Order: sequence, then C-alpha cells, then structure tokens
Amino acid sequence: MSLVRFLIRRILSGIVVLWLVATLAFFLFFARNPEIVARNLGGRAATSAILAEITRRLGLDQPLLTQYWHFLDRTIHGNLGISYYSGGEPVSTIVSQDIPRTASVLVGGVVIWLVVGLSVGILSATRARSLFDRSATVGVLIGLSFPTFVLGEVLLLIIYLPLNEHGYHWINTGYAPLSQGVITWAGYMILPWVTLATVQAAVYTRLSRGSLLDTLGEDYVRTARAKGLTERRVVYRHALRGALTPVVSQLGIDIGVLLGGVVVVENVFAVNGLGQGAVAAISNGDLPTIIAFVLIASTFVVVANIVVDLLYAVLDPRVRIS
Amino acid sequence: MSISELEFQAKSVEETPGLAIEGRSQWWLTWRRLRRDKLAVAAMIVIVLIALCAILAPVFASLTGHGPAQVFPNIGVTADGLPVGPGATFWLGTDNLGHDLFVRIMYGAQVSLFVGVVTTLIATAAGVSIGLISGYFGGWVDGILARVVDSVLAFPYIILALSLAVVFGPSLTIVIAVISFFSWAGIARVVRGQTLSLKEKEYIEAARSLGSGPWRIMFIDILPNLMAPVLVLATLNIPAAIVFEATLDYLGLGVQPPTASWGNILADAQSFYQEAWWFLVFPALALVITTVAFNLLGDGVRDAMDPRTERVFAAGRGRKRRKLAKPGGGPSSQYPDPPRQPSPGGV
Repeated sequence: MSLVRFLIRRILSGIVVLWLVATLAFFLFFARNPEIVARNLGGRAATSAILAEITRRLGLDQPLLTQYWHFLDRTIHGNLGISYYSGGEPVSTIVSQDIPRTASVLVGGVVIWLVVGLSVGILSATRARSLFDRSATVGVLIGLSFPTFVLGEVLLLIIYLPLNEHGYHWINTGYAPLSQGVITWAGYMILPWVTLATVQAAVYTRLSRGSLLDTLGEDYVRTARAKGLTERRVVYRHALRGALTPVVSQLGIDIGVLLGGVVVVENVFAVNGLGQGAVAAISNGDLPTIIAFVLIASTFVVVANIVVDLLYAVLDPRVRIS
Repeated sequence: MSISELEFQAKSVEETPGLAIEGRSQWWLTWRRLRRDKLAVAAMIVIVLIALCAILAPVFASLTGHGPAQVFPNIGVTADGLPVGPGATFWLGTDNLGHDLFVRIMYGAQVSLFVGVVTTLIATAAGVSIGLISGYFGGWVDGILARVVDSVLAFPYIILALSLAVVFGPSLTIVIAVISFFSWAGIARVVRGQTLSLKEKEYIEAARSLGSGPWRIMFIDILPNLMAPVLVLATLNIPAAIVFEATLDYLGLGVQPPTASWGNILADAQSFYQEAWWFLVFPALALVITTVAFNLLGDGVRDAMDPRTERVFAAGRGRKRRKLAKPGGGPSSQYPDPPRQPSPGGV
C-alpha cells in the first residue's frame, strides 16, 4: 500500500519536474525568428506567400503564450512536432532512429561502470592499505582526472589505431545494429563502453570503498563478528548492504552526469545517437528537435531516479518509503 | 553597542584562552597533516608550476619567438599540409594550421586555471548562501530551494550548456556562467544538510536567546563550522570545472580559436591523431596532469581536515592486530571521535 502511494507521489512530482523542464526548454528555444524557420523549411525558392503560409501553419505567428499552450497540448498527446531542419520530418521519426544507438551505449557502459566500480571498491575496502588498495586508489585518481573525451581520444590512439593498422577490424567506431550479430555490435560499442564507464567507475570505486570502510567500523558489524560469523559473511551479508545505501543515493545524482558522458562519447566515436543528434540539432537551431531531446533526457532522469529510490528502500530497511 | 553584542564579546573574551588554542591548533593540525602528505605536497608543487606556466606564457612565447596565434605556413606544416613533429624549432611540434603547440599549451593553462578558479568562487559563494538559507529557514523556503537544487542536479547539464552556448553565442562568459550554474547545487546540498544539524546545537539557541538575527546566526555562527567541508568541496570543484570547460571547448561551444585552450586544441587534434600523435598527446597530458594534481590536493585537504579518515585507517590497523590476538583499540585515541555528522551526498 505504502509502495503504491510512494509511486503515485513520485510520478506526480516527476510530472511537475518534467513540466518545469519543458517550460524552461520552450522559453529558451522558442523560435525568435520565424522567418529563418520558414526559410529552412520552404527552401530558397519559396515566395513570401509560401513563407507566411508555413509560419501560419506552424503557429509561429501567434502570441508566445498561445504557442506555449499549443506546445504543451501536442506534447501531452505524444506529438513532438516537426523538425525545422531535415525537410520537416516528424521529430519522433528522428528520435526513434537514435534511441537504439544511445541505448546500446548506455546499457553496456552502465553495466561495466557498476560492476567494475563496486567490485574494485569492495576488494579495496576489505584489503585496506594493501598493495591492491593502493594501486586501486592511484587508478581511481587517474580515472577521475581523465575528461571523458580525452580518454576516448587516447583509446582511439592507443587501441583502435594500432589494431586497425595490423588488420584487426573487430574494434570499430560508428554503430552496427544488434541485428548484425552481437559480436559485431559489441565490437562497435566496446570503446564507447570503456570510455563511458571508466570515469564513473572511478567515482564508484572510491565511494563504495569509503562507505564500506565506514560500515565495517559500525557496532552491528562488530556484533556480527562477535557472533563468530566468517569474515566473508560479515562483509558480504552484513556490512555490504548498509554500505551500498550512499552509493545508491549517489546513483540518482549521477544519471544527469551519465547523459553528459553519452553526448561526449557519441561525438568522439561517431555513434550518431541521441547525444550527437542533440549537438547537431543545437548547432542547426532545430528547436522542436532540441526540445524533444531535452524532454527525453529529463524523462530518463526522472524515471531512473524513481528506480533508484526504490532500490534505496530495498537495500536499507531503515529507510521507510514515504 | 547593544547588550547582546557586549555579552557576545564578554563571552568570547572569557573563552579566549581555550578558543585560541583550540582554533589555531585545528588549522595548524590540518596544515601539519597536509604537509606530511607527500602526494599532496607534490600536487601543490605541480599546481604552482602550472600556474607559473600560465603567468609566464608570454615569456615562453618570446623565448621561442612564436606568438600563440601566430601561424607558420612554411615551416610549421609539412608539404602534405600535416603538423610538424617535435624538434628544435617547435619543441612540442605544431598543429594542423602551423601554430607552435608548446606556446599554445602554455596559453591554454591560462584559460583552464582562470575558469577553474573563478567558477569555483562563484559556485561556492552561491552554494553556501543558498544551502545556509535553505537549511536554516526550513519550511516552504527549504521546500522550494530543495526542489530547485534537485532540478539543477537532475537536469542533463550538457544539453542546457550546449543550448545556452548556442542561444548567446559561445564565449568565455557563457562558459563561466554555465559551469557556475551547475556547480553550486552540489555544494548547496551539502551545506544544507550540515546546517540542518548545526542549527539544533545549543550554541545556536544561545545566540538566538541573545537576540542574534537569522542572518547573523547563519553567517557568523554557523558558517565558520562549515569551512572544512566547503573547502574540500571547493578544492575538488576546481578540477571538475577544468574538465567541464575543456569538454565545452571540445564540443565547439566554449572558447573559440584562435584563442588557445586545451579543449579546443584537443578538438582539432582528433582529426589528426593518426598522423600527428603529439598534437593529441601533449595537450591531453597538460590537462590530465592539472586535474590529477588538483584531485590529489583535494584528497589531501580532505584527509587532513577529516579526523575520521584517520580513524578509519586506525580501525583497519586495529583489525589486523586483533587477528594477531592483540585486542584493544588502535592508536585512534590520538584523535578524539568527531561528532557524527550526517554527510549528505558524496563529499
């Protein structure tokens, strides 16, 4: 019951956040100069009558608040409008082509990020001050200090380039859909995954190490040891659960950061997904597409945050869902 | 002078001996611990050297005789129009237009350090003020501010950054505004959490009963107690801001050529990494060394300020002892247990 109430509350507040974001995006990007938009769509030969007709049909001649109202109305009905740039294609078509590419980058990147980050962090904490811990700490610092795009460029230089020169073409840049086979797909995705995961994995290694070390100092862990439990059971059954809570709460904040990483990674490796599309739309001044990208990204953030909060409650029984 | 101020002074005079020793020794201890941290000292030296490079960039330029935006179409580019490798004339080689890469990297340090420090100052001032107000007043003020903080943290920052750069045209001012805008929220969240717990302390109640107003309590009574986490956050914000700036430049939305910045050099370098490794490697090294140094320093400051890290290591050592059948606490008694404060977010 409380779970249902929690979900309803979070979804409602998520809708409020989305509305705020949509409003912000609309007023930031509304067409300041309808003539340029009409010229883009109508082509060079368009007469001023045609331009006026295009402007009228897009509703760009109406007062701003009316435009805003129309924008909200059609967005709620799932209509993302038409692109001002690529020949008036519906934005939803453009977006649906990009989604699998971005999803491919995200899924693999997040899996590597969490698996590597958490396991290195846990191993470091249980072997505090060992050689492994020290090298991990150094590795974390280097990982943290590498801007995503620099890491991507360096990987191109030291992995992609030599391999290709020696005739190994499995690792590639660009994108191949899953339908061409998992192996081909992974070959295109492996560099973006590693690039995206490394910086974040470093953050999570540090976070989980610190958190687990703190938890290992708690009274209840001492109690567990005093009961005579094996060290393995103390760490993995008792301490880890409590230690993961701050890690999960950080996860909620980092989803926005992750999206930034995706934009950069897609640009470095020419994946041509949502992130690269967003950059292109922004340079082209393709307003409806920009707003669509912003809305998709924000929806993703809101949903992911709800998932994170649920995880939080599952992990830590002290947290009441409220 | 009002009674409350008199009493305030009287109180502080009364406590002066104790306070002076305590107060000085805390910062002094921090400094001493920081100095003992070899990595942090090395990081400080590296940062000073990088700052010198930035300040002395014009000197290096005159030393080599190559201006930062000066193009050498004849000797700076090969016959195929490719960058020239490192050598006696161009110490670190040239870029695709025939600029001296060494001089441009030196000038790039100016942009990175300037943006890193300025945005951190703005973000810290804003974050601390908003965090204090949110945490101290609570109620609907806190409700609204917390929503704003959440929205800023959750907003896909790169998209807003890119859009602002396009709406207003890319420039250093926009870069600084964008980075500051996205940096204050994290600091505000931590400060708010700390303020929430500090405002329940007895000495705040004492200050209130003496007639101190909310602003005085926030900035005179609470703020000094927040300096440690704020300083750590600020130090760690600098490398993040430098990376952010370089990323915006890389995406073509920050500092524009011919002004040299590490980010825009690296953006150009990506088209030439197959032919000219130096074009990519040297600016990347400059950027990474700088961020590593600031991160190391930030870590050092955190460790030096937070006695808890000491306790954690002490506990670790204690555990090993226990295995050797030697019960009892480690040497943790050297530092008394700090008051347990909630640490919201990952400091």
